[in-house]
Amino acid sequence: MSEMRFTKDHEWIRVDGSVGTVGISDYAQHALGDVVFVDLPEAGRVVAKGGEAAVVESVKAASEVYSPVSGTIVEGNAALVEHPALVNESPEDGAWFFKLTLSDPAEVETLMDRGAYDAYLQTLD
Amino acid sequence: MADTTTLSGNRGLAIEEPLIFELGHPGRLGVDLPEPPPVDEDRLKGCRRQAPVGLPDLSEPQVVRHYTRLSQKNYGIDTGFYPLGSCTMKHNPRLAEKVARLPGLADLHPFQPQSTVQGALEVIDSLAGWLKSLTGMPAVAMTPAAGAHGEWCGLMAIRACHEDHGQGHRRRVLVPESAHGTNPASAAMCGFTVDSIPAKDNGRVDLDALRAKLGDDVACLMLTNPNTCGLFEREILEIAEAVHAAGAFFYCDGANYNAIVGRVRIADLGIDAMHINLHKTFATPHGGGGPGAGPTVLSSALAPYAPLPFVVHGDKGLTLVEHAADSGAKPFGRVKGYHGQFGVFIRALAYIISMGADGLRLASSDAVLNANYLLAGLKDVLSPSFEGPCMHECLFDDRFLKDTGVSTLDFAKALIDEGYHPMTMYFPLVVHGALLMEPTESESRETLDQYIAVVRGLAERAKAGAAESFKAAPRFTPRRRLDETLAARTPVLRWKPEAAE
Amino acid sequence: MRYLPHTEADRRAMLDAIGAADVDALFVDVPAAARLAQPLDLPRSQGEMEVERAFTRMAGKNLSAGCAPFFIGAGLYRHHIPAAVDQLLLRGEFLTAYTPYQPEVAQGTLQVLFEFQSQVALLTGMEAANASMYDGATATAEAAAMACRVTKRRRVILSGSLHPHFRSTTETALEYTEMSAELLDPDPLGFEDLFGRLGEDVACVMVQNPGFFGHVRDLRPLAAACHAVGALLVVAVGDPASLGLIESPGAMGADIVVAEGQSLGAGMNFGGPGLGLFATRDKFVRQMPGRLAGRTVDVDGRRGFVLTLSTREQHIRREKATSNICTNSGLCALAFSIHLTLLGETGLGRLAELNHAQAVRLETKLRRVKGVKPIADSYFNEFAVHLGDDVDAAAVVETLAGRGILGGVPASRFYPTYPELKPVLILAATETNTEADMDALVAALGEIL
Repeated sequence: MSEMRFTKDHEWIRVDGSVGTVGISDYAQHALGDVVFVDLPEAGRVVAKGGEAAVVESVKAASEVYSPVSGTIVEGNAALVEHPALVNESPEDGAWFFKLTLSDPAEVETLMDRGAYDAYLQTLD
Repeated sequence: MADTTTLSGNRGLAIEEPLIFELGHPGRLGVDLPEPPPVDEDRLKGCRRQAPVGLPDLSEPQVVRHYTRLSQKNYGIDTGFYPLGSCTMKHNPRLAEKVARLPGLADLHPFQPQSTVQGALEVIDSLAGWLKSLTGMPAVAMTPAAGAHGEWCGLMAIRACHEDHGQGHRRRVLVPESAHGTNPASAAMCGFTVDSIPAKDNGRVDLDALRAKLGDDVACLMLTNPNTCGLFEREILEIAEAVHAAGAFFYCDGANYNAIVGRVRIADLGIDAMHINLHKTFATPHGGGGPGAGPTVLSSALAPYAPLPFVVHGDKGLTLVEHAADSGAKPFGRVKGYHGQFGVFIRALAYIISMGADGLRLASSDAVLNANYLLAGLKDVLSPSFEGPCMHECLFDDRFLKDTGVSTLDFAKALIDEGYHPMTMYFPLVVHGALLMEPTESESRETLDQYIAVVRGLAERAKAGAAESFKAAPRFTPRRRLDETLAARTPVLRWKPEAAE
Repeated sequence: MRYLPHTEADRRAMLDAIGAADVDALFVDVPAAARLAQPLDLPRSQGEMEVERAFTRMAGKNLSAGCAPFFIGAGLYRHHIPAAVDQLLLRGEFLTAYTPYQPEVAQGTLQVLFEFQSQVALLTGMEAANASMYDGATATAEAAAMACRVTKRRRVILSGSLHPHFRSTTETALEYTEMSAELLDPDPLGFEDLFGRLGEDVACVMVQNPGFFGHVRDLRPLAAACHAVGALLVVAVGDPASLGLIESPGAMGADIVVAEGQSLGAGMNFGGPGLGLFATRDKFVRQMPGRLAGRTVDVDGRRGFVLTLSTREQHIRREKATSNICTNSGLCALAFSIHLTLLGETGLGRLAELNHAQAVRLETKLRRVKGVKPIADSYFNEFAVHLGDDVDAAAVVETLAGRGILGGVPASRFYPTYPELKPVLILAATETNTEADMDALVAALGEIL
């Protein structure tokens, strides 16, 4: 499995073969506060890089989760539907949002690695 | 510390109250009705209800006590100072309640023959007349049920007008970032897309940025004026001119009309459409969330598209026009059932004729005076977001709480313990941790002085490092801070019998 | 001016504290060309006595329902409202409160809304209800949009049984959206075929039960047919009192139920403010418009209530919100809830039986009038009659009004372009009618026809 890559909108992706796993970063869950609901994409849906793929909600905010890369949804994380708090507890591991097959694996290379993302976070607020 | 627990869980006048479902006892009655006579034939086609509804049975004394106790867990304008910015919590005159209950006005059906409701049509027509005169606008759509509904009505008229003139491609609506959430939501319901325009450092629309966004696909600009930061848009005439030069209309969100009624006519600002929240500007009760009313004034270009029904002067007195074919115009349709929020119209009209042209102008003046008095009394301890003078409300942000560990929310909750309703928090979104205060003209100088003293004291306490006491507030309310995360994660939206839960 | 506390001395002192020369200085941001130098040339302020006199004069020009034999319904029904309802509504803590965004100081309103939602859900046979919409017509329009969101389809079919205002309000609301409204002709005989219009592209079918012309229908077959093609069934209810006697839409398979709730609690008030009831199934709750009160606990673990699932709403979701609604019908919801609490299970059942019996009594009497032919084969408290081929029901109603009788609504008031509806009169009877009222109507009709 590859290392984690990040977007400026605070999604992460980890790629294993042709399948990517996507979630939101620890920074993102912290900014949202207590997550109360997630809306996940259905399997088979085609998503574009940067396109809306899921929704994550706290009590007073709703945010789109954008797909870091283009591809076709394989599955959403059913555990999140039952237990949205998992996003706060394990954002960069157990609380992945969806898996997708990548249509253009080269897109991953355009994303930030951990070091670049941490540096980017330093520039925010 | 003295023991504060009681056997009942009550504390003097603070009495715990169960749900009606926990109070019922089958067979009790709160209403005496005659025994229904038996019916011979089956006119229900076998659709008779098979199972009980599941409602509790209570007697009248239980019901009266239940709702009286619940009322005592509420804060209203009648209770105390309610400086809720943008919401205009002013005194609700009781004369309006009295006249709205005259049987000759209250006990009328909307589909009575028009010859039997000439007085009711006169109420609608008189109120329409006042709204048109006060704003200088030639027409008003009376039926929208609330502010957001009026916004949508105005935008529908704009869309219909564009379509009628071969301008149906105009689908983009410009909305400032500081706008009420209803603005973009209403625009979306008309099939428009929303494009936000930035503000300048002085809290007003950036005219150059607006000009750059205008184009022949723009349907209209939606602007609140005075704006949601409590400021009058100084360049409003230039804004209107630019919008009109681009072939677009100028919609004004009239939520803050109460600051200028009687001192400025909307028509003189180049506005094409504006809704008026009767429950704000004209003092009808908010009722814990409605009903409101949102009559929408329209320019001559938009007037032909006003929705049905409307009142006109005919040969046989006042006539309610209910069909497009009878209208001599191009109404875009119907926005709600019947003829508008009639009960709200009566109350607003009672307020308006009580105040008169002189009183309405004085009310706006006092509202602005009071807001500026708050600003003057608080600007050295809080952090005002913009330079004064302000209009009917003053905006602060949370810079004064920096490094205190106290948030805007905590500060507001502490105010509850002091006996005040909090100001509006975290709106508008254009400043950090907003605290928006609107005193209204109903408040006396003594009330404002006491409030200023309390807010100053709280600010000093926060800066002195009392974060813990703020986090614990409120302590003296029927309930303390509620777990909103639990409510949203595991929604329980209704009572169910215990076995079903 | 009795509503303004300041004296001139107060104003002067406050201006000094602000550092402004006069009030005009505070309006300096208003372009000079737009400033009014003095009050507009309109009437000046008046005392309570003068204002009361003006309204008494306007009220005197109307024929109020209580002063006439009264048989008008058509979506708004004259029920007796217990005296306690209005007395409690006038409590200032209810009347003068804002939307309960600060739950610690609004537990009264919030508990009322929770109880109201529970009552509406029980009454309609649904799992969840919101805290109200403006009225039945706008609730119907919102239901159409919600059905399209849920099904991700765009075609909405509106039955001829729906109230004409519910129909036109929905048609207007969908006008400039991706959704389309298909309106069937008005259906006084109850013959329309909705099944034939169903297809895989239909988002919902919208019907009313009892229908606008009176018919009571078993909706189970229609619900099954809708569900078979993945469409939703939306059912509108004209008079919530009917649900004390007639099977609930939920039990018949409805997915969304809307109703005009004004007839209970709020009173007629010439048609406004209304009260939109809106209920659905739990699985669709996040697609619902409007506010929701929910149960939770406070930091001390005590039961309390808050507004919840707010991310659906305009103040958070903006252009992606499920609706633009903000202010709703809070006080009318309170009135409805108090009225229904006073009725309870026993009272609601009796009220509904009584209304139905009154309508049967009226219909039986009308059958004896030459020329009058009841149309509906079934009804609750309202039915349509045919007055004879050449008779203009609107003219008959005018003549009746001239005799001090408010004798129903002519169907042509809603559908002027349908000549076959010209002789159709819609009549309602409720618990408020006396035998003498009915006899007066019957006698007058006998003379006129």
